[in-house]
Amino acid sequence: MRLSEIAQTLTLKVRSAAGHLDTDVLGGYASDLMSDVMANAEEGYLWVTLQTHANIVAVAAMKELAGIILINGREPEKETAEKAEEKNIPILVSRLPAFELIGRLYDLGIPGLRADAEES
Amino acid sequence: MIAANKNLQFTKIQELVYELKVAEVMTKNLITVAPDTRMSELRGILRDNRISGTPVVDGDRMVGIVSVEDFITWLIRGGVDCPVGQVMSRKVRTLFADEPLVHAVSKLEEHGYGRLPVLDRSKNTLLGLITKGDIIEGLLQELQIDYHEEEIHRYRASHFFEDMIADKITINFHYHIHGKKIEQGGEVASDLKRSLKRLGIHPDIVRRAAIATYEAEMNVIIYAEEGRVDVNVEPDVILIEVRDRGQGIADVARAVEPGYSTAPDWVRELGFGAGMGLQNIKNCARDFDITSTVGRGTTLKISIPTGTKEKRCA
Ligand SMILES: Nc1ncnc2c1ncn2[C@@H]1O[C@H](COP(=O)(O)OP(=O)(O)OP(=O)(O)O)[C@@H](O)[C@H]1O
Ligand SMILES: [Mg+2]
Repeated sequence: MRLSEIAQTLTLKVRSAAGHLDTDVLGGYASDLMSDVMANAEEGYLWVTLQTHANIVAVAAMKELAGIILINGREPEKETAEKAEEKNIPILVSRLPAFELIGRLYDLGIPGLRADAEES
Repeated sequence: MIAANKNLQFTKIQELVYELKVAEVMTKNLITVAPDTRMSELRGILRDNRISGTPVVDGDRMVGIVSVEDFITWLIRGGVDCPVGQVMSRKVRTLFADEPLVHAVSKLEEHGYGRLPVLDRSKNTLLGLITKGDIIEGLLQELQIDYHEEEIHRYRASHFFEDMIADKITINFHYHIHGKKIEQGGEVASDLKRSLKRLGIHPDIVRRAAIATYEAEMNVIIYAEEGRVDVNVEPDVILIEVRDRGQGIADVARAVEPGYSTAPDWVRELGFGAGMGLQNIKNCARDFDITSTVGRGTTLKISIPTGTKEKRCA
C-alpha cells in the first residue's frame, strides 16, 4: 500500500517531505528506542514512535524507511521537520495513541516483521 | 544477447540437476497413512493436506503408496470401506536421498509418476517425497542464489576499483566528531553512507557500514564528546575505526552485552540507552574489537567484507 493512501485513509497530517508519499510501504515497526529501530526495522517500513527529536530522521534515513508516524498528536520539533524535509523523510502525525494507530495500520494490511510467525 | 543468456541458463540448469541432491529439494514434512487407515478417511486426508498421494508407513518402514488414482479406482469398484493396505500400490519405485536430482527427473519422466518416496540409503527409512513441483522450486531457488552472487560480484568489481591500477588500493575517509548535540548525531554515518554508495558498493553492505558507524558515532557523542572516524575501503573489505578520548569503558565484555547501559536519564528519554548499540555493531561486522582505558578513551575497530553472502546485519 502506498504511503499516500495510508495517510488519506487514516487522516494523517503530513509534516515533511509531502512530495515523497508515493512510496510502497512494505511493513511497520513500532519503537521509541533508536538502536532497536536500527537493529530491527526493515527498508521500506513505516516507523511508529513518540520520539520527536531530530535523531529520528537520521535513523529513518540510515535504514531507508518509508516514513515516520508520530502518535498522540505529537508534533516534530522544528529542527526535526527541517532535517526530514532535507532528507526526504516523510513525517506524519496522528491524533491516535500507538495501540489504536497500529491496529488500524494492521487492518489496512500493513504487516509487522514476522506476520506469519505467531508466538509458537 | 537474450539468446546467449538463455543458453547460459540452460547449461546452468543442466549443471544443477547433477549438482543438487534429492534430499535438498524433497518435501520433508510428510503426511503418511498406516496400512490400517480406512479408505473412508483417505479422501479427507488428501483433501485437507492438498496432496494427490501419500506413502503408507508401517512403523518406520514404507510398505506402499496410495494416490488419488488408487482412490478413484476403489470408488469405481464400489467403494466398500476397507483398510488402505488392501488398495495401495505395493510395488513402489523409490529414490535415495543422496542421488542427484537428474535421477529423480528421469525416474518421474520414465514412469509418468507424480511423486516418488525418498529413502535413507543405509537405514532404508522414509525421509520424504519428491514431486516435479519440488524439483522446479529447488532449481529456481538455486538459480536465484546464483543470480544474487553474480549481483554482489557486479557491485564489488564495481567501476571504481576496476579502473585503478596498483598493488594495493585503499580509499580513506576521515571524519571528526566534535561538540555535537545528541539530536544531531548520525551525520558522519550519513556522509559515509553516501560516499560508499558512490563507490558502487552493494547497497546492503553500505547499510551495514552505516548502521555500525551510526551506533559508534552516537556512543562518542554521548560518552566522549569528541572523536574521530577513519574508514578504509579496500576492494574486498571496509575497515572502520572509531577512536575517542572519552571516559573509557571499565568492563568491555559487559558493555557489549545487550541491555547493559550507563546512559543517564535525559539520554534515555530521547530513546537512547537500550544497551543495544555495541551489539548492533557486532552483528554488522566480521571482525569486532574494542580496546578501552578508563579515563583515556576507547577505540573500536571493525571490518565488513564487501562481497559477503550475508549482506545484512545478523
Ligand atoms: N565510546 C564510549 N566511551 C565510553 N563508554 C562507552 C562508549 N561506547 C559505549 N560505552 C559504554 O558501553 C555501554 C553500552 O553501549 P551500547 O552502545 O551498547 O548501549 P547504549 O549506548 O547504552 O544504548 P543504545 O546504543 O542502545 O542507545 C554504554 O552505556 C556505555 O557505558
Ligand atoms: Mg550506544
